[in-house]
Amino acid sequence: MSDVHVPRLASGVRLHRDEVRARDVLLFPEGALVLNDTATQVLAFCDGVRTFDEVVAAVSELYGGADVRDDVAELLAGIRDQGLMDRDDE
Amino acid sequence: MTSNAPQVAGQGVGIPYPLLLVAELSYVCPLHCPYCSNPTGILGTKRSTELKTDDWTRVFGEAGKLGVLQLALTGGEPLLRKDLEELCTAGRDAGMYSTLVTSALPNLTERLPGLQAAGLDHVQISIQHSNREESDRIGGAVSYDKKLEAARRVVELGMPLTINVVLHRDNLDDVGELIDLAASLGARRLELANTQYHGWATVNRAALLPTLEQVTRGEQVVNEKRAQYGSSLDILWVLPDIFEDLPKPCMGGWASDAIILDPTGRALPCQSAATIPDLEHLSVTEHSLFDIWFDSETFNRFRGTDWMQDPCQTCPLQRQHIDFGGCRCQALALTGDITATDPVCHLSPHHGALVAKREELLAVRDEDRPAYVYRTTSPARG
Repeated sequence: MSDVHVPRLASGVRLHRDEVRARDVLLFPEGALVLNDTATQVLAFCDGVRTFDEVVAAVSELYGGADVRDDVAELLAGIRDQGLMDRDDE
Repeated sequence: MTSNAPQVAGQGVGIPYPLLLVAELSYVCPLHCPYCSNPTGILGTKRSTELKTDDWTRVFGEAGKLGVLQLALTGGEPLLRKDLEELCTAGRDAGMYSTLVTSALPNLTERLPGLQAAGLDHVQISIQHSNREESDRIGGAVSYDKKLEAARRVVELGMPLTINVVLHRDNLDDVGELIDLAASLGARRLELANTQYHGWATVNRAALLPTLEQVTRGEQVVNEKRAQYGSSLDILWVLPDIFEDLPKPCMGGWASDAIILDPTGRALPCQSAATIPDLEHLSVTEHSLFDIWFDSETFNRFRGTDWMQDPCQTCPLQRQHIDFGGCRCQALALTGDITATDPVCHLSPHHGALVAKREELLAVRDEDRPAYVYRTTSPARG
């Protein structure tokens, strides 16, 4: 079961470290989405080069080889539903 | 700001850090829209009084350290600033997400690649009507073709585009065409904001106020078009206060989210607050943004609920923390009392006067509507 689409932030969406509130956010037109630590880790791997499979592998390594595939898929789908991510296969 | 914007208690007790800085870079504008929300006192404004590049750069740095995430570069017309590229870079360096709020005149198309390279994130272009002649007439300047050209260039460059339209009697029947136009330009967001009666819109209220039927039909069309375009176009629809019976929160609550800076550097919690006579206008040339936000009497004046009187103080709908008593400027304008409940609220003892005013304005027949008083900074045009 391989998935080689490349997830990436939509154009005009930026990952930002909000130092004042000690958290990471996605910034986009007129808004901000607060990220938890896991979301930040996953998005850091969504560099527009890594495929979904490679993102999953990189995250899994951070968690001692745990099966994180479903969690990563769910997280990215949630961000995509808000129009903040694109896939290269659509 | 979206509802998922971060809300965290900050320095002072219960005072959150600000999220938005609205930088009005110049009051001068190539357009003359009769509903402009700028104060009417801009007549005779001199550009020599505008903040210098260094001032803005320093203030943007302070804003970033205060936790501001969104920067609106607006006016008047921000493109009249020759240093706009430098200001975009200053905003980016301060960590803020920047939006250029513009008429697209005089030269947005030409400057876009440079602005993008300098760090600009997002462009919001106003359109007055989907019909060229009407758009130019309402804006008081030939501008429609340049706006469309610039909008297409924004999308070509891969930047997010928002189209905004201020709605009133002369363009509410055009909402469907305006939505189709925004979609065809590749906009991701469309702000359809019915005129709020502040600034120049107050002067032109009898000319601009739509009929109730227009507002109702407009809302229907918006709902149909939302279904048609789905998530490809985010359509915001803002009703005019005057047709409602519960108030809107002023700027999400007085001094809870935003700082507005006028072109001379005076700081206020909302754009219309300049109409409140005894409010001290602190300038960023003399005070830090930090002190203005946390410690100034102006920004603290209507925070919380202690300042409220009845019916707000004992609101039966428990809306003190939802609408914060509504708009302070409107309360002052219609009741003479700055701490009164916004008379849009049906619980306000002054609500009847607002309804009477609305009825009077709605009774104005089309042929009796006054001509626009066009917004201008030039006394000669008057």
